[in-house]
Amino acid sequence: MSAAKAARQTTGAYAIELHNVNVFYGEKLAVKDVSLNIQRQKITAFIGPSGCGKSTVLRSINRMNDLIGGARVTGEVVYNGENLYASNIDAVEVRRRIGMVFQKANPFPKSIYDNVAYGPRLLGVRGKKQLDEIVERSLKGSFLWDEVKNDLKKSGLALSGGQQQRLCIARTIAIEPDTILMDEPCSALDPIATQAIEELMRELVKKYTIVIVTHNMQQAQRVADMTAFFSIRKEALEGGKDRRWGVLVEYAHTPQIFESPQFEETERYIGGEFG
Amino acid sequence: MVAHESSSQKEPIFMATTLGAGQEQPAAQNIGITTARGPEPRRGSLQKRPRPVDGLVRILLFFCGILSIFTTIALIIVLLSESIAFFTSGLVTLPEFIFGTRWQPVAGEFGILPLLNATIVTSFWAMVVALPLGIGGAIYLSEYAKGSTRDKLKPILEILAGIPTVTYGFFALTFMTPVLRVILGENNVSIYNMLSAGLVMGIMILPTIASMSEDALRAVPNSLREASYGLGATKFETISKVVVPAALSGLIASFIVGIARAVGETMIVALAAGAGPVANLTVNPLGSGETVTGHIARISGGDLSYASIDYQSLFALGLALFVFTLALNFISQWVTRRFREVYQ
Repeated sequence: MSAAKAARQTTGAYAIELHNVNVFYGEKLAVKDVSLNIQRQKITAFIGPSGCGKSTVLRSINRMNDLIGGARVTGEVVYNGENLYASNIDAVEVRRRIGMVFQKANPFPKSIYDNVAYGPRLLGVRGKKQLDEIVERSLKGSFLWDEVKNDLKKSGLALSGGQQQRLCIARTIAIEPDTILMDEPCSALDPIATQAIEELMRELVKKYTIVIVTHNMQQAQRVADMTAFFSIRKEALEGGKDRRWGVLVEYAHTPQIFESPQFEETERYIGGEFG
Repeated sequence: MVAHESSSQKEPIFMATTLGAGQEQPAAQNIGITTARGPEPRRGSLQKRPRPVDGLVRILLFFCGILSIFTTIALIIVLLSESIAFFTSGLVTLPEFIFGTRWQPVAGEFGILPLLNATIVTSFWAMVVALPLGIGGAIYLSEYAKGSTRDKLKPILEILAGIPTVTYGFFALTFMTPVLRVILGENNVSIYNMLSAGLVMGIMILPTIASMSEDALRAVPNSLREASYGLGATKFETISKVVVPAALSGLIASFIVGIARAVGETMIVALAAGAGPVANLTVNPLGSGETVTGHIARISGGDLSYASIDYQSLFALGLALFVFTLALNFISQWVTRRFREVYQ
């Protein structure tokens, strides 16, 4: 084992470490040189203006960017001492450990039960009793069980928007990941459904590491332990066009970001001056 | 005066229709007319006014719509009336027609089974070729091919779907049949055989099925694929457990269109499958067989006297084909309703 790898494994407080991560779409640089350490069993929020690359960074953590043709990641994303972008790493395995919840609730057009059982079945769980247990536990874990326990055969699409998103969370925790990535999970929800998801997140973080991208600064303040502020850098090109890429400006405990940010740009964004 | 001029300029269509084409239109006359109608003719009153173009377009489009319905109804009436004449002629009964195993008009035997059998055998082999290859091709195009590859392949597929079927028939007779005779033995394969016609028919249908299926697969929202990948599914698992089930109704629709085309196809079977009904009912595709469509084509090409029993028998066959494809449509609708997964 190399010294560097040994050193990484001793930093057990971090679930995921990003070292000098660049993301390209084709030739275009989307995110430049992001380094940050995500703490275990904490909620880390990514905030920043549209186009700052916060979702791109989030998707680089479980290799969802692989699915976009021409996307390329350089640098290291270290998880349990292993660089997820090393050539011997299987992206499918990565996504079984690092689950994801998307901006728009995307239940499968299947029953509630089959939605939750989808992941476990992929992992080879076949027994009816075992699946029943997983489905119940996962739906309880996402605070949806009491609302749906009598119609598990109903289509997941028949649920309300907030319930659909909690179904997607149940589906994610059914595969027992240790980290859950959430890409603006409440942006399509009303305030009451949003509150339910936020309470759920505070509950989930007792077991899971959570990284959330959000447009809503109040949400970051309410739920996040750590907050990373991303912003846009641009370079003028000839012909009046410019080239833009995202950078990480500041990363600290949430109260510090919102009450005493180190950078003027953070302060201006928090103050609502741009975004 | 300035206001009048500007309002007349807003109204070129009105001017042209009122004054007619070919007439000299001096500027002064323009102004004169708008003045007569007041400065704001369009917004002047809330009262109803005639809009002849709207009405005309409505009537034209209604005619277009009703024409296809009218044609269908007329077709059914002709099919039915001639078929009724056929069955009431006293020479053949409905059960004899449906269950009879010999089709020999000369001998007064009108059993549809040999013809229907050949239709089913050729269509079966067509689907054996077209279904797996069509769906496979569609999955490749929709899920695996790069955007640039797909953009090149899809138009080629659609061109293939437009090749005249007589070309395919000739291909079956002069290429597929000799190949089959080499592979399976000259003694085993007739010159005219159902397998050759069926396989080539499958090639003919393939682009239709591939193209329609690809549309159905691509209509599945990407968010479902992402959800599946996000749960640690492989590409194949995502396709087989999420994408294909979600696209099922579209896939089944493409199967049914494919089968309907196979059942209705005429030139390929007329050229390659054989002419003259075979007395023995066989599912052996290496022998020859005349399909329902092939028979209609052959007989109606000959000197057939109007209002004879032979003439009427063709309408009965046409009606049988019609009922057959109608039944396929109902089955497909039922299957679609039963199995499809509705996505948002």
